[in-house]
Amino acid sequence: MVFMAVTGFAVARLRNLFGVVMLTGLFSLMSAVLYVVLDAVDVAFTEAAVGAGIATVLMLSTLALTSSEERVSEAEKPMWALGLVVVTGAVLIYGTLDMPPFGDAYAPIHHHVVPRYLEKSGQEVGLPNVVTSVLASYRGYDTLGEVYVIFTAACGVLLIIGRPKRGRRRTLRMLVGEMRHGMRQNVILRVVSKLLIPFILVFALYVQWHGDFGPGGGFQAGVIFAAGFILYALIFDVDTSRMVVPSEVTRLLLALGVMLYAGVGVVGLLRGGNFLNYSVLAQEQAAGQHLGILLVEFGVGLTVAAAMITIFFTFARQEH
Amino acid sequence: MALFLEILSWGLLIIGSMMLIIGGIGMVRLPDVFSRMHGAGIIDTMGACTILLGLTFQAGLSIVTLKLVLIVVFIVFTSPTATHALARAALHGGARPQLGEPVEDDPASQGEASSKT
Amino acid sequence: MMFAVTAAAVLVTMVLTLYRSIKGPTVYDRILGINAFGTLTVVLISVYGFLSGRPDFLDLALVYALINFINTIAVSKYVEFSHMGRPTGGDELGDM
Repeated sequence: MVFMAVTGFAVARLRNLFGVVMLTGLFSLMSAVLYVVLDAVDVAFTEAAVGAGIATVLMLSTLALTSSEERVSEAEKPMWALGLVVVTGAVLIYGTLDMPPFGDAYAPIHHHVVPRYLEKSGQEVGLPNVVTSVLASYRGYDTLGEVYVIFTAACGVLLIIGRPKRGRRRTLRMLVGEMRHGMRQNVILRVVSKLLIPFILVFALYVQWHGDFGPGGGFQAGVIFAAGFILYALIFDVDTSRMVVPSEVTRLLLALGVMLYAGVGVVGLLRGGNFLNYSVLAQEQAAGQHLGILLVEFGVGLTVAAAMITIFFTFARQEH
Repeated sequence: MALFLEILSWGLLIIGSMMLIIGGIGMVRLPDVFSRMHGAGIIDTMGACTILLGLTFQAGLSIVTLKLVLIVVFIVFTSPTATHALARAALHGGARPQLGEPVEDDPASQGEASSKT
Repeated sequence: MMFAVTAAAVLVTMVLTLYRSIKGPTVYDRILGINAFGTLTVVLISVYGFLSGRPDFLDLALVYALINFINTIAVSKYVEFSHMGRPTGGDELGDM
């Protein structure tokens, strides 16, 4: 925690935005370690993958498009803004005083909702990983909303930045010619990345399907999958990687994941249950839940991967 | 046999920890960014891999060992590559290694110096 | 008991690399510090997994090793070129 305080302070004080981005990555990392210590492995997983990894890369892409020093504002320091922040912080802290102590066994959350999840999840859902069962089944609506949010974010990026102004479309022949006698490419990075990328993609698939038994699930797997493609795009050209993953494909996957999730819910409706009730998908309840969670997590993974790839490629294609 | 494995893993863990601290001190004290890369390399490759290998002996023969070996292989591949990319970027950015005093090339003076000692 | 000693060593080294990340005169020192910090986190998570008896954490350690690598490459590329879209490599210095 001391680490986090020091890093947070340094983040606020440094003017150089690049240093800020690096230290923000460090901050995310420390949060992930904190979550591990608190025994929340899935959260730590997601925080490490998203916060420390992708967010840093995306912020760097943003920095590449803008300047790298923070402009000192000429206006006088507004004291009322500081006052507002202090008052809000004080009110928030006052609000938390009323909450039960950390980890208290008599807290209401531990009495009504959590015991139900912990005890009944075994027979109702039948998955060892309770976090996945809560995320995908008991709180399926919330997760559907999260997937929609990611989808909307990717759409927003596409709408605002969209196509590059100058056509940087290059044909295959031009690229091959460039590689042969243009720049001397960096051999070590290329070879190592080509070795690693299949491994990364297979690991993403492992995390996706293993989410039922250990930490993992759709969000983390989508991020790791996107990381493989981002690595490819970093080492090679963005245009080359656009030929590997054309924008039609990513847009299709983006929508497909969301439709898969909502579609499972609708199928539940059609078969006589509520929206997103997986129990009616198969003969017995646990099997239905299994199937539903499998499909739903896959939808999440698809959308998250496609969204991350889309956002990074869109940022990287912009000229300064 | 079990005792031998236990002692082996403890030994590896202790050696790894010492290497971590040595590498860390190196990163703080060495004068130049390129020399500090040596320190970071010691932390990454020697320290981390030794500790993780020590952990494999603790775990016995199971899937945990397989995962640890995978992590070690991954670190062995990626850590030198990352250092390479960083060194390239540093060289491009204008950082130059801090070299020592140039050695006197004159054989006569060298011969004299050695005869004096 | 042995794991506690190792964890303590990792924490001490983390402090040292963090010092280098915040202080480092050039930006490359900072990148180096963060790379080392990332690998230390991988070790810490693995050791902590053994300490608490839950080896599930190793997946997390592997993911973090991957993320650390990608971050270092991305940052080196950014610093070298200020553009994330072009291929890495190719220079006047050749292969030193």
